[in-house]
Amino acid sequence: MIADFIDGLMTFHFLQNALIAAIVIGIVAGAVGCFIILRGLSLMGDAISHAVLPGVALSFILGINFFAGAIVFGLLASFVITYIKGHSIIKSDTAIGITFSSFLALGMILIGVANSSTDLFHILFGNILAVQDSDLFLSIIVAGLVLLTIACFFRPLLLTSFDPILAQSMGLRVNLYHYLLMVLLTLVCVTAMQSVGTILVVALLITPAATAYLYAKSLKSMIFLASGFGALSSVIGLLIGYTFNIVVGSSIVLTAAFFFLISFLIAPKQGGIKRQFQQKK
Amino acid sequence: MIQVENISVCYPNRIALKDVRFQIEKPSIVGILGPNGAGKSTLIKALLGMLPHQGQAFLDQKELSKSLHQVAYVEQKAALDFHFPITVAECVSLGLYAKISFFKRLSKKDWKKVDQALELVGLSDYAKHQISQLSGGQFQRVLLARCLVQEASVIFLDEPFVGIDTVSEEIIMETLRNLKENKKTILIVHHDLNKVETYFDKVLLLNQTVIAMGDTKATFTRDNLKKTYGQELFFKEDLL
Repeated sequence: MIADFIDGLMTFHFLQNALIAAIVIGIVAGAVGCFIILRGLSLMGDAISHAVLPGVALSFILGINFFAGAIVFGLLASFVITYIKGHSIIKSDTAIGITFSSFLALGMILIGVANSSTDLFHILFGNILAVQDSDLFLSIIVAGLVLLTIACFFRPLLLTSFDPILAQSMGLRVNLYHYLLMVLLTLVCVTAMQSVGTILVVALLITPAATAYLYAKSLKSMIFLASGFGALSSVIGLLIGYTFNIVVGSSIVLTAAFFFLISFLIAPKQGGIKRQFQQKK
Repeated sequence: MIQVENISVCYPNRIALKDVRFQIEKPSIVGILGPNGAGKSTLIKALLGMLPHQGQAFLDQKELSKSLHQVAYVEQKAALDFHFPITVAECVSLGLYAKISFFKRLSKKDWKKVDQALELVGLSDYAKHQISQLSGGQFQRVLLARCLVQEASVIFLDEPFVGIDTVSEEIIMETLRNLKENKKTILIVHHDLNKVETYFDKVLLLNQTVIAMGDTKATFTRDNLKKTYGQELFFKEDLL
């Protein structure tokens, strides 16, 4: 199975592209995902990944790069959600639900208008085996940019994630970092759309990060672990998907979930498998 | 010197603080006392500029909310995620962030400060542990160590003694007394009236507005307490 895969890698350019894209996306989604789960924004990740759809569709219609439209709508969604939450008695999960479903619906209409139904399928479920050279190049640049931003702003991001009150008492603009993270999140969503599709992006964001959370003692180690899990899940998922001719995006997501399951049972923070069983008694 | 002038805070449906004014001239340990809902935590947040408010607070003639690098604040606990992947030493090092540029790495000297602070609160052995492995009292000491590395001249603590062991309480108090010797001013929101006389040099009795403020001996009196707490407070003598 692995020999076949390597053989395919040697022969097919599309498979090379897919492998590189999978690794890049796994790494960057894992890294950003850490902040998302530590801040309790998992649902927000889900929302933004769906909310970029109208942006992508509009970009198709206007003939511009889909990153541009996606970022505008991703940010718009996070603004709308934060605004509803801050200016009404509506709770955040409700605000998220209303916003992202509306955006998703709008996106579907726009894609209908753009009149390209195959694209819709690819956007919703991903098609990593069809990643073009230009898309791959862009993904690598965007991923590099996201990782660089995290490295540069690591300390304020850590501080505002762990103790926003302390950050505020030091005079830090906590909101600014929230929106910085939303920008990064949007970028990752658009990048990851190619591999697992809009609907499953959230899995790639939070599952590897949650797995890492069960082991990590520091944020740095959590980020490296999550990126590692993300990349590994992507590669194994691609391998399985290619070999058995099943949807690659879903294989990636299930591989990541499998890692989580194993970790859930054995991770030290969970107290190991023994405690799991003791609890059940 | 800390000078607070006419601080008022309004919540949408009620007044939380009205015309709070007081002065603290010398380094001291000040207890902020008052019944539930008296606005004790609100006062601290307003002073730090974390809440919309009227009135002003000054630290050495400069606006307090503009000299935040001289101020350290430990909020009421529970708001933090104890499973956050961060070690005790890292958690203390967050206190350094106010003074070090975000793009500079922490130097050996910085980490030494962290070690020293942990030693002062008796937690050197825990430096590499994750914060979830600490008890409530130990964690409160970590937060105090974080204050220490901030090297602030004014320290605000919101209910630091709630639900912690006596050893931690003593260590914290001893550290605070040392800080006072080093010319720092410490304001503590507190609700247990038992140890007020041994803990605080001054007390600020608060219920929406300042009921009384001054040296503990002269201010922490039965009359003033009755005025502050009203019906909520019973004295032993009253029951006999």
